[in-house]
Amino acid sequence: MSRPRYVRRFSRSERALHWVHASAFFVLLGSGLVLYLPSLAAQVGRRPLVKDVHLLTALAWILALAAVIVLGDRRGLRATTRELDVFDADDRRWLLGKDAPQGRFNAGQKLNAALTAAFALLFLVSGALLWLGERDTRFRLDGTIVLHDVATYASVALVAGHLYLAVIHPTTRHALRGITLGTVREDWAREHHPKWPTDAQ
Amino acid sequence: MPRCVSRRTATAARVHRPDRHVQTLFIVADAGDRDDPEMRDEQRLGRAAFLGVTAVGLSSLWWGRSAWDAGSGLIPSGVGAVLPQPTSGWRIYTVAPTMPRIDPAAYRLRVDGLVRRPVSLTLADLRTLPAAAQVSDFHCVTGWSVEDVRWTGVRLRDVLAGASPLPSAGALSFVSAERPYVDSLTLDQALLPDVMLAWAMDGRPLARPHGAPLRLVVPSMYGYKSVKWVTRIVVTREPVVGYWEERGYDTDAWIGRSNGA
Repeated sequence: MSRPRYVRRFSRSERALHWVHASAFFVLLGSGLVLYLPSLAAQVGRRPLVKDVHLLTALAWILALAAVIVLGDRRGLRATTRELDVFDADDRRWLLGKDAPQGRFNAGQKLNAALTAAFALLFLVSGALLWLGERDTRFRLDGTIVLHDVATYASVALVAGHLYLAVIHPTTRHALRGITLGTVREDWAREHHPKWPTDAQ
Repeated sequence: MPRCVSRRTATAARVHRPDRHVQTLFIVADAGDRDDPEMRDEQRLGRAAFLGVTAVGLSSLWWGRSAWDAGSGLIPSGVGAVLPQPTSGWRIYTVAPTMPRIDPAAYRLRVDGLVRRPVSLTLADLRTLPAAAQVSDFHCVTGWSVEDVRWTGVRLRDVLAGASPLPSAGALSFVSAERPYVDSLTLDQALLPDVMLAWAMDGRPLARPHGAPLRLVVPSMYGYKSVKWVTRIVVTREPVVGYWEERGYDTDAWIGRSNGA
């Protein structure tokens, strides 16, 4: 057996964005659940402290995302965004549950990226409104809390599926190497992402 | 559900279309190629999904609450009780590491400060006062509300009368067993007819997360005024600065007329 060849799947900027978002998500989820669930809130207490953790993490999250975009490979990120945006006929067949060859991102990953971005924006807007609403009633809208809550439920479901495929599911979990070290096995890439032109790297 | 092309199919694709890899290499490299039939079939579903979810989400700022209320009305109450989410509408806010646990038999409410007769009342003592019951809405300054809460207890004015405040009395502070929570009302606010000390909520004895065995209820003000686990009422000249007031909230917490309104 020859040693496996590796191909680069994610740039440093892409990995930085992913891990900034992922780590912020879990800190925000943990502190948010303590603020939200009566049973947890009653057990942990210390509401002002938990609130500060939640708010400062949100601030750090936005600043870190902005920093990666400003200091990172902006051209590469733009190209990746376009790749994620565009669905071809194979992608749509794949979404309908049929087998169809996929590129660097399969259609599910593209959809996951779009939904994650949308939820991030909705969390940011509703979170800012919650913060402002405590200071000025003009910012208190009827549905702010519900939006923040429903975005949480939806994101948790999305992340649960994402984690299953990235960590547990035997044929897909090799992808975890790509988002941590940047490279994946070439044979795995050819099998799972046959339309991804790995030789062009 | 995201899934992966199976090994068999991926291989088949390569067998039946040997030119596939080369062809798609070309496509990705030159996304502007309009001659390839697959290229014309590109759709920007990524941004469509992003914009769609964002638009629905942002518009729900105006309709989400009523939709949610209509939806949670459909959940049977037995199911709602075991869900981790706060279907009752209540959210439990505490400031100390642990909630006070108070033995009702050992409980005393002290009323002192600028009073002629400082008193120390047991729950049995409180029950000898004229009973009071009311249905009122509870509004939290962070944006949630619980409507039509049924409170049972005594009017604050009746408790106060027993201690006879001195003429110099101008305010009350309510000390919680949850340290260091404290909040205050002016004497005029405290004498409003719907200000209560409650030991029951919705027909049941007050639960520990709601301030058992006794909490203040001030329906016309935001919830941070309705001090839970009240153990002492101190009559003072001026209102003391309460826990959340120290952290930026208004001292006069009138609903709709404070905290930025």
